[in-house]
Amino acid sequence: MNGPVDVARPFRGRVFRYGDHVNTDVIFPGRYTYTKSRPEEVAPHALEDLDPTFVERVRPGDVIVAGWNWGCGSSREQAAVCLRYAGVGAVVARSFGRIFYRNALNNGLLAIVCPEAVDALEDGGDVEVDLEASAIRRGEAVFAFSPFSPAVRSMIAAGGLIEQTKRRLATA
Amino acid sequence: MTEHGRPADTARTFAQKVLARAAGEEAVAVGQIADARPDIVLSHDNTAPIAEIWRQFGQERVSIPERMAVTLDHAVPAPTVRHAQNHAEVRAFVAEQGVAHFFEVGRGICHQVLSEEAVVLPGDLILGSDSHTPHFGWLGAFGAGVGRSEMAVIWATGELWLRVPESIRIRLEGALGEWVTTKDVALTLIGDLGADGALYRSVEFAGPGIEGLSLDSRAALVNMMAEMGAKNAYMPPDGEVFRYLAERLLARPGRRAGRGAEPGEAAAEVAARLEERELRPDPGAAYAAGHKLDLSRVEPRVARPHQVDDTVCVGELESVRVDQAFIGTCTNGRIEDLGAVHRVMAGRRTAPGTRMVIVPASSEVWSEALSRGWVADLAAAGAVFGTPGCGPCMGNHLGVLAPGEVCISSANRNFQGRMGDRGSEVYLASPAVVAASAVAGRIVHPREVTE
Ligand code: SF4
Repeated sequence: MNGPVDVARPFRGRVFRYGDHVNTDVIFPGRYTYTKSRPEEVAPHALEDLDPTFVERVRPGDVIVAGWNWGCGSSREQAAVCLRYAGVGAVVARSFGRIFYRNALNNGLLAIVCPEAVDALEDGGDVEVDLEASAIRRGEAVFAFSPFSPAVRSMIAAGGLIEQTKRRLATA
Repeated sequence: MTEHGRPADTARTFAQKVLARAAGEEAVAVGQIADARPDIVLSHDNTAPIAEIWRQFGQERVSIPERMAVTLDHAVPAPTVRHAQNHAEVRAFVAEQGVAHFFEVGRGICHQVLSEEAVVLPGDLILGSDSHTPHFGWLGAFGAGVGRSEMAVIWATGELWLRVPESIRIRLEGALGEWVTTKDVALTLIGDLGADGALYRSVEFAGPGIEGLSLDSRAALVNMMAEMGAKNAYMPPDGEVFRYLAERLLARPGRRAGRGAEPGEAAAEVAARLEERELRPDPGAAYAAGHKLDLSRVEPRVARPHQVDDTVCVGELESVRVDQAFIGTCTNGRIEDLGAVHRVMAGRRTAPGTRMVIVPASSEVWSEALSRGWVADLAAAGAVFGTPGCGPCMGNHLGVLAPGEVCISSANRNFQGRMGDRGSEVYLASPAVVAASAVAGRIVHPREVTE
């Protein structure tokens, strides 16, 4: 498996385009949900029921571009974890299922709402994501997204919700 | 209409009221982040992996054992050694940490069980590591799903930040016609508004149509709002809900202070206390959208594979042959649902080539169906029964589908591969339509097999 990319700095990758209402069952099938939890166990199943070739093709820093309601359905956190550890740096969509959205950011997978980028980015094309500048770039074209709050950025910088909570409890 | 940062002293939605109370604030505005302390937190078979995350915090004890509810329901009894091991880890954790509410294999699906056990009360904030936690809106509570890491953080700290959502109001009028259920209402709403029609929002039901709905069917409707993307859903509780909870509290003395009934108390007193505790949206509260639905105009509807919002009238599907019919889940596995199945199937038989799997939502539903004689009648009609729990709903337990197979199900999701192989197909419908389709061997209106 590829392992996670550092999303706190700008990263580059290729675009994998998918449609609307892609649900967590096809991102990480429910049949594995009580038997596989660790990153290295879940990453090989990323998008298994949507695009069985995805795992072979994805490389660190690649970006998923999708339509409405990406990650709707189950609360299963493996849906975010499997993408992150397969190497995906960001999912750029028109909107997200709310639990997926939280799970993604909590695990350091950027969930970015940016319809302009969704309109423009083509499957297989190159893309750069810059969290600090709140920008997605393709060649000369720049697509701005709403900045993440300082709290979310510091959580991502800390390595996610768990790492952040460890620190918080240690200093409490 | 929704104004971020409205003055706090104006009329408030249900979501605003519950989140303000849970955050210990006078009032919260839509869009504000509330540091909320949930009254109850729920986890199920995923308790063991959550515990593994929680252990990274180095705490010896969870901070809120008295607020924790754990149910073994998603793959019960254990179908494989790996699942058995998972259950064993959950039991050990629950015993070690003194989790207040634990329900063993066979007691039923978390959402049904915590309702029957009156663990969740009106006005509560309940967070669950399960996407159907909005279910508890049928009791007048605010239920929302969270991920496993967030649940571990709540165990450790007792709180979680939540953004106060915009609310939409759905006004129900009129009464349901024959063979029409709230499942059809839910599929109609989701079909009209889309699988993201309530994305991130609090769905707040209102209107005179609610009164005529049975408690089981209220739960089914609120439960399905998760499929519209809702953060939570809410139905104002009435006397029937308060009585339901009061009786159950009286049967289970010794709950933590303020959440139970005192020995010897009259049911009416307990119900009155629950009524005092509930939180209602204010008249004039600001809604991001409003919808109206006349229940008498709803017809039996079916969602086609693989999208919950791809719905059609049952009559449009009559050439669809079914291999399996499935009754169960937190949406439609209650006694009223089995009653509808019994009405359609008793004295008839499943069609050749079609099998019928029934998994009651709880042990209480199962016992009730047994004592009414329905189980014997349905077994004679060709149905087989599973242990109360989630069953094959998410492809984890007995009753999963082979490549190319078609299932009509009373569940809430028909995503590709959900009930088994990714080449199988799931249609969603009311229990009566599922039962009729089992008898006909193809998707039909219940009228077709009963008249
Ligand atoms: S019955 Fe299905 S939808 Fe309900 S909690 Fe179980 S798996 Fe989830």
